[in-house]
Amino acid sequence: MLKSWSFHGGLRLPGHKHLSAQAPIIDAGVPSQLIYPLQLRPGVHLHATVNLSDRVVRGQIIADAEHALATPIHAASSGTVHAIENRLIPHPSGLADECIIIATDGLDEALPAAHPVDFRHEQPGVIRHLIRQAGIVGLGGAAFPTAIKLNPGPKRQVDTLLLNGAECEPYITCDNSLMQAEPNAVIEGALILMHALQVERGIIAIEEPMTEAFARLSEALEQHRNLRLSIVRIPALYPTGGEKQLIKVVTGKETPSGGIPADVGIICQNVGTAAAVYQAVSRGLPLTERIITVTGQGVNKQQNMRVRIGTPISELIGQAGGYSHDVKRLIMGGPMMGFALPEDDIPVVKATNCILAASDNEIVGAKEARPCIRCGDCAKACPVNLLPQQLYWHSRADNLDKCKEFSLFDCIECGCCEVVCPSHIPLVQYYRAAKSKILVKAKESEKSAIAKRRHDAHLDRKAREQAEKAERARQKKAALAKVKAANAAQERTE
Amino acid sequence: MKFSTVLSPHLQPVNSVDRVMLKVLLALIPGIAAMAWFFGIGIWINIAIATVTAALAEAFILKLRGRPVIATLKDLSAMVTAVLLAISLPVIAPWWITVVGSLFAIVIAKHLYGGLGYNPFNPAMAGYVLLLVSFPLPMTAWPPPVEIATVHLSMADVARLIFLEQRPDAISFDALTRATPLDSLKTQLGLNQTVSAIRDGEVFGLFSGKGWEWVALAYLVGGLWLLWQKVIAWQIPAGLLLGLGLLASLGFSIDSEHYASPLFHLSAGATLLGAFFIATDPVTAAATACGRIIYGLLIGALIYLIRIWGGYPDAVAFSVLLANLCAPALDYVTRPRVFGHRA
Repeated sequence: MLKSWSFHGGLRLPGHKHLSAQAPIIDAGVPSQLIYPLQLRPGVHLHATVNLSDRVVRGQIIADAEHALATPIHAASSGTVHAIENRLIPHPSGLADECIIIATDGLDEALPAAHPVDFRHEQPGVIRHLIRQAGIVGLGGAAFPTAIKLNPGPKRQVDTLLLNGAECEPYITCDNSLMQAEPNAVIEGALILMHALQVERGIIAIEEPMTEAFARLSEALEQHRNLRLSIVRIPALYPTGGEKQLIKVVTGKETPSGGIPADVGIICQNVGTAAAVYQAVSRGLPLTERIITVTGQGVNKQQNMRVRIGTPISELIGQAGGYSHDVKRLIMGGPMMGFALPEDDIPVVKATNCILAASDNEIVGAKEARPCIRCGDCAKACPVNLLPQQLYWHSRADNLDKCKEFSLFDCIECGCCEVVCPSHIPLVQYYRAAKSKILVKAKESEKSAIAKRRHDAHLDRKAREQAEKAERARQKKAALAKVKAANAAQERTE
Repeated sequence: MKFSTVLSPHLQPVNSVDRVMLKVLLALIPGIAAMAWFFGIGIWINIAIATVTAALAEAFILKLRGRPVIATLKDLSAMVTAVLLAISLPVIAPWWITVVGSLFAIVIAKHLYGGLGYNPFNPAMAGYVLLLVSFPLPMTAWPPPVEIATVHLSMADVARLIFLEQRPDAISFDALTRATPLDSLKTQLGLNQTVSAIRDGEVFGLFSGKGWEWVALAYLVGGLWLLWQKVIAWQIPAGLLLGLGLLASLGFSIDSEHYASPLFHLSAGATLLGAFFIATDPVTAAATACGRIIYGLLIGALIYLIRIWGGYPDAVAFSVLLANLCAPALDYVTRPRVFGHRA
């Protein structure tokens, strides 16, 4: 058994997990429309590889790009490309962006599965390629391309794969139910990832209350008789599921500020990602569905659903028995870090782990902020050991240099400080605003630096030209003088 | 269906300033009850005068500043200041003492600096020190605890003393008041008496002074409850008691006939009230964990130094105000190591 470490701060939050944890996973089925946003993350835009009115089948690639951080999107059911147009995408600022919309035909035809691969006989590069082609990204929420993460480069000595099954946000139980329903896929996926990374140690970290998941995973692991992979149970504390926090709890290692886990020899992947990797490599199936928790008192039936990626949220709400009368806010993700959606005609994407339809008494309403009384509860709760209170003063005063000095960019925006603040100050909003101001300023100063360089170069060139001109004139004069002198000498000799 | 979009976190806050202040007030009840038992009903009159004055002053200033009046009064911070000041005053102090102190605390020490959260000095202690240096006589006129009182005042007597400054007939000022244990210790040490001889005096009890020691223990009970409720940071009382205790132990071990025991210092005067209720005022204290320990140690050490070598018998108010001055610097030099950063 590994020693359990801890990080500073964190919160024991009421889990609300029972709402969805007990019910079996239901299949949300094929919706009438599937919507696929083409922007994967800022700056990473896919191109549609299908045209309007094309017929597509499940598993067919419909969008891809050359970009290093791009992963293809596969149609999740059969139908025709109905439109390629701007639709609301799941984004904190409620943006509309280019989406492919597929009108499904209900036949749910699929491409034949690719030939299953025995990963033990393949090079890591081949496995990474399979994972990329299957469209797999981190399913824990960040949606970073898994194949990229599996290639940390020769400079970093990675020795451990850490599978993140710590579902620390309240309400969310999709990983928990996945581990119970498909323990074998998780274990197999872990072994594939370990092979792709060529590491000898794999750890699956799950929270202590997940007793059923632990039992099922242990059974599955028993059958594999693999001594390099182990399961650890860690205390349920928010935000243990944060990558750097989890690494600290499980291994005692601290990922350096601004660094990545590979810097301390660890690659972290979500358990759902591992299961998707298993499906892709061992069964030849690309990522077209995932498990999503649909919960909150704002829906009538709370449960985990197997959902086709691209399904509009409104369809899932219908599957969950519709909204209850006191629904107030629709959140993608959990109540701590999830973002509120302006409407439900927005699709779920690969990163969507939870749809929380919250009622009035589950969420904070309009907050009336009081003055900070410097109680320090925020600092006690901060998992990064920041001084949220000082950051608040400095960000409020637009004292951006001080914000940087107090390590603003180490803030993971987990929201702990804000939840414990007795003055109800929207702290995280101040930090977000200060961060973006600093970034904007950095960009501006970069721009002005470029302009200055250009101007300096221009002055240099001018000076050089002048000098060259003067030099040429001087040489000309000298040559002329020489000729004159020569002529004069000749005259004398004559 | 349309929804409003709000940024995360969406979870409801788990605490509020109102609740914090209310808990502080509740935790003061055992101490106040003990004060009332040993020193008479005057404490309740002081609290009433201070609370009403503070509330009216705060309402007036808020109105002037164009701030919400009712919502702000509801945070109970003015009431906490008023009660802390009131329980520090002699229980037969004339009414205007309490009024002047409360006005100074709320108007000058709190609101002239920007109100709750912005005041650099503990308002109650600023008010107390103003009174102590301006009106030393009424500020040191404490009645004896009930165990050794020779005259017993009725409720009407006390009210007359406070509001009309009239002593009951045939009772001299000297019969009405008695030196506090700290006072008596300081005066008689000055007269070259030994600690053991002084402690045979009638005002001294088991640990420190008769009556006083039980009041202090009652404040300790309330303070421990605040710790348990996580309303106050343990670092400050721990640091304060450690700082005072260490210096007192040092003095006591060098010369126990000239320096009173650590137990005496810890249970005398306002030590325990100060450790758990006054030094822990978050607004004016250091805010980092390490800074708070140093802040507490500093107050504890200052209390001892002023008690022994200063001009005043007790020193909690002065020490807290002096430490308030250091709080911002303490916060700056005790910033914790951020996750993933080098030490």
